[in-house]
Amino acid sequence: MLEIKQLVKKYRTGDLAINGVDLKVDKGQVMALIGPSGAGKSTLIRCVNRLEAPTSGEIWFNGENIVKLRSGKLRKARRNMGMIFQEYALVERLTVMENVLSGRLGYVGFWRSYLRKFPQTDVKEAFRLLEKVGLEKMFNKRADELSGGQRQRVGIARALIQNPDILLVDEPTASLDPKTSRQIMRLITELCEEQQLAAIINIHDVALAQMFSERIVGLREGSIVYDGSPDDLKPDVLTEIYGEEDWTAVRIRKAKKGQDSEVDEEPVSEEHMAELM
Amino acid sequence: MSIEATSPNSGVSGKQSAALPESWSRPPFIKNHLLRWGLLLGVVLYLYLSIGSLEVNWTRIYEGLDRGAKFVFGFMNPNFAGRWNDISEGIIESLVMTVTSTVIGIAISIPIGFGAASNLAPLPIYLFCRGIIALSRSFQEIIVAILFVAIFGFGPLAGVLTLSFATIGFLSKLLAEDIESIDKSQAEAVKATGSPWWQWINYGVQPQIMPRLIGLSLYRLDINFRESAVVGLVGAGGIGATLNTAFDRYEYDTAAAILILIIGIVMLSEYISGYIRAGVQ
Repeated sequence: MLEIKQLVKKYRTGDLAINGVDLKVDKGQVMALIGPSGAGKSTLIRCVNRLEAPTSGEIWFNGENIVKLRSGKLRKARRNMGMIFQEYALVERLTVMENVLSGRLGYVGFWRSYLRKFPQTDVKEAFRLLEKVGLEKMFNKRADELSGGQRQRVGIARALIQNPDILLVDEPTASLDPKTSRQIMRLITELCEEQQLAAIINIHDVALAQMFSERIVGLREGSIVYDGSPDDLKPDVLTEIYGEEDWTAVRIRKAKKGQDSEVDEEPVSEEHMAELM
Repeated sequence: MSIEATSPNSGVSGKQSAALPESWSRPPFIKNHLLRWGLLLGVVLYLYLSIGSLEVNWTRIYEGLDRGAKFVFGFMNPNFAGRWNDISEGIIESLVMTVTSTVIGIAISIPIGFGAASNLAPLPIYLFCRGIIALSRSFQEIIVAILFVAIFGFGPLAGVLTLSFATIGFLSKLLAEDIESIDKSQAEAVKATGSPWWQWINYGVQPQIMPRLIGLSLYRLDINFRESAVVGLVGAGGIGATLNTAFDRYEYDTAAAILILIIGIVMLSEYISGYIRAGVQ
């Protein structure tokens, strides 16, 4: 469904953000993209919906090469890709409902959207999604009145009302507390499963990535260095992705406290996750 | 490994460094001492010389004090009644000019403001709109008014056109700057939904600039009222024409009445616009 071939993105400053990436995502597959800051995770997914223009390479999505599309066709392609942002990127001065309905702008004519007279099916769907994300009572609140977790839920509803084939998710939990982070990730993955949506989720938190995705891709300096199942993410792999680090440090500190003298080789275990909860 | 590794266990070291500085001062804005002090000295010297070049004619000032006193005394007992018909006519004409020119000015300023925002407009449109703004800003209202009076004759039409023209330079420039400083991610998110351009402006950009646009428009409304008094002095209609006549006839008491009215109206509109601005945040 989505196939990236030899993608290269070089910024005008000369920085090589993406260096020949090949990646294929199947329908309904939830993939986590991990890697250090500056590895090109954001750039990669922003190339997919062309918020950044790739320097070279191909991105095939539903039988079209996104890289070659011009304005009108690009907008049509973007309608099928939902994006969820790190800092939520809601339009602060619009209401929750307007923010959600803005996901339909690609389908609704100018005057209808200008007068806020959206088709009834869209409004109904917006209410259904708001209930799904637990904000059914908030529809007339302004986006800047919401908490971080609530804003991200609105962001999710806005992406889903597009009825997309793929979700591009850029650090959805980076500004959220651990509990809310888990709730948001759970919500995203559940909705993906329910609607058979593919997703590329950029995420810092390796534990969360392992917990909620079926496939993990590791990016380092613009190249893919790992592509496999969450269970094979061992310390040597993490070192390959992030560089040298003592991945057992968390365990050792715990051992020093005298709770457990045995150092677990597994960097992120169920226990670790429980600890973070 | 090419990337520097620091283990959390070994990263913090307890050893003391020998040569740490004991005092600190803020690094100067201009690093070169000679240039820094030279500039300061130059400014002081220039100021001294320019004050010296002003010619002060003390006898003339002494004579002028008399006239000044008359003017000030006029304020002590302003005469509203004497020429009330002229005054009220002038005020009403000024208000009409103000509202008309502000509305026309805003209507033209909004498209020019969008065109002059570098993050929205392509380069040729950007340069064209910035050109209009520069043109409008480079001429003082009086000069434009003199030109328009020459073209359209005496009366409020010249005044309305002058004020509309001046509004464009003010409003478009500040609007364009506000558009350039919008939160990019909000606009980007709307774009990412596949929204067409006009809807993207309506949803992604407009909500972010609305408070500023309303604030600037109200502010311009009371600037235009003040300016309508000034452009009247060169024959472009409004209360300025009445004021000019009063000065010509040495009727300082009537002039004072007019000025007091202008001050009152400006203060009132300041109060009202402040109230509205607080409401639209």
